[in-house]
Amino acid sequence: MINIRDKGAEIWEGWNRPKRVALVLITIVLAGLLPFAASWGPTSFLNTPITSFQNVLVYPVGMFILMALGLNIVVGKSGLLDLGYVAFFAIGAYSQAILSTKFGWSTWEVLPVGIAIAMFSGMLLGLPALRLRGDYLAIITLGFGEIVRIIALNSKGTGGPNGVAGIPNPPAVFGFKFDLMHPEHYFWLVLGMILLVVWMIRRFTVRRPGRAWEAIRQDEDVAALMGVNTLVYKLWSFVIGAAVGGAAGVLYASKVMVISPDMFKFDVSVLILACVVFGGIGNIWGVILGAGILAYLPDRIRFISDARQVIFGLVLIIMMNLRPDGLLPRKKREKITEKSKK
Amino acid sequence: MRLEIKDLRVHYGKIEAIKGISVVVNQGEIVTLIGANGAGKTTTLKTISGLRKVSSGSIFFDGQDISKVPAHERVDLGISQAPEGRGIFPGMSVLENLEMGKFNRKDRKSEMKEDLDRIYTLFPRLKERTAQAGGTLSGGEQQMLAIGRALMARPKVLLLDEPSMGLAPMMIANIFKIITTINTELGTTILLVEQNAQQALQRAHRAYVLETGKVVKEAKASDLLNDPDVRAAYLGTGATGH
Repeated sequence: MINIRDKGAEIWEGWNRPKRVALVLITIVLAGLLPFAASWGPTSFLNTPITSFQNVLVYPVGMFILMALGLNIVVGKSGLLDLGYVAFFAIGAYSQAILSTKFGWSTWEVLPVGIAIAMFSGMLLGLPALRLRGDYLAIITLGFGEIVRIIALNSKGTGGPNGVAGIPNPPAVFGFKFDLMHPEHYFWLVLGMILLVVWMIRRFTVRRPGRAWEAIRQDEDVAALMGVNTLVYKLWSFVIGAAVGGAAGVLYASKVMVISPDMFKFDVSVLILACVVFGGIGNIWGVILGAGILAYLPDRIRFISDARQVIFGLVLIIMMNLRPDGLLPRKKREKITEKSKK
Repeated sequence: MRLEIKDLRVHYGKIEAIKGISVVVNQGEIVTLIGANGAGKTTTLKTISGLRKVSSGSIFFDGQDISKVPAHERVDLGISQAPEGRGIFPGMSVLENLEMGKFNRKDRKSEMKEDLDRIYTLFPRLKERTAQAGGTLSGGEQQMLAIGRALMARPKVLLLDEPSMGLAPMMIANIFKIITTINTELGTTILLVEQNAQQALQRAHRAYVLETGKVVKEAKASDLLNDPDVRAAYLGTGATGH
């Protein structure tokens, strides 16, 4: 089977800078025009039957891409299996809910604080948990995800099972209003965050952290023998992943205006992980594609809504048999062309 | 440089794998630990490099007790290990693997090139394969890469864990020749763990024989080569003549 990723990389390598910039800009513009795709003739087949297409683009599609990218730093880059990623999403969402309804903070004020709280909780979980490996780490993170949800379910401050209602939308920025009438503005906001995260991951990957993560993923003991402080680098990937999840949570809460603990169940963690694995673990473009498809399809093919989960499961099983490395697998390194030779 | 292990004990859970061994490695020596499977050779090396925790006893490196120093800082002190089973990064290129060996050294680029040249002179085969993924190398080439990578950190002492494991006889001879070269030409002290006692004893200055976590013999390597007990236990038959 041809490897689309390698083919793409080959074409990309052959291009000069202006060509690359042009491609990136065109892609961003096209992505930015997505909210209007449903009302434009040739692409109107994309329209979703129940929820409006523009809203589907924000949640689940945009949010899932964002979270899948965040989880990919943890699972894909440094190879740590995190089954409780939804916890950081929940922590971000509850930060927004509580700080805005009780203290009157705006979304833009909450955003950095929510990210910081998510990062802090990532560190709190990571410090003891990252001393464990493989299955044990997976179990601890799974437990953490449930603990966060159960605390939200049982404590008064979080509104218990009813959750928090009346969360304000973000205030307008540069004339862009964020309310029910303008879902495309939310989408652009999420798109901006996705671009920011992609840029950040690409920065990290070519520098020391990227090398360290790669080494840890391939062999943690040997990485330590090379002088990599494995605990610190694992913690960093965990905390950065948590930050992205927290940011998504803050945005999500101020978009949907009502949150409750049952939005942050274990199956969200699994679904985000499925996005990463389905798209191509460790590869940004694969993860974006995988998350986009997995988040979008259930809304598009709702006419078979009863069988939705079955078909979804079937697609995953078939995929894992045909392309176990995902849609766009990470770079296969049989031969690596030297940069200096180019 | 002086590496001294004093009355070292190491446990895997409740099982005591190293039962109080003492080993000394002096500047410029090749010292070998030989012994059967499960004698504790690899555990000893892993404890020196910091991958296993010390239960009791101590490890002195240049007079400093390093038994509590984390593994990644021991590299900076000058202890590098080429791990058992080669342990290269299969998804990284040969060059990237070598660069990982200098992960903590903030040398200038010229020094990186200098180090690379040194490794490539030792292992010309690696130079031909710089852009190839580590996982696609042959067993012998992977072993060269593991040793070369450990040397990138400019260690004072190089720990080699069964470099001959799983290699063809020709390649084994080649690797051992290189080990001597590293010792004589680069002046690197070497602690070598081997099951191939014949080769190890021929190359080493001094040797320790380990049995079930204890040192049962300690002598000049050349003496051990002629020791009837050692010959019977580790060098095939007790018959002389090689």
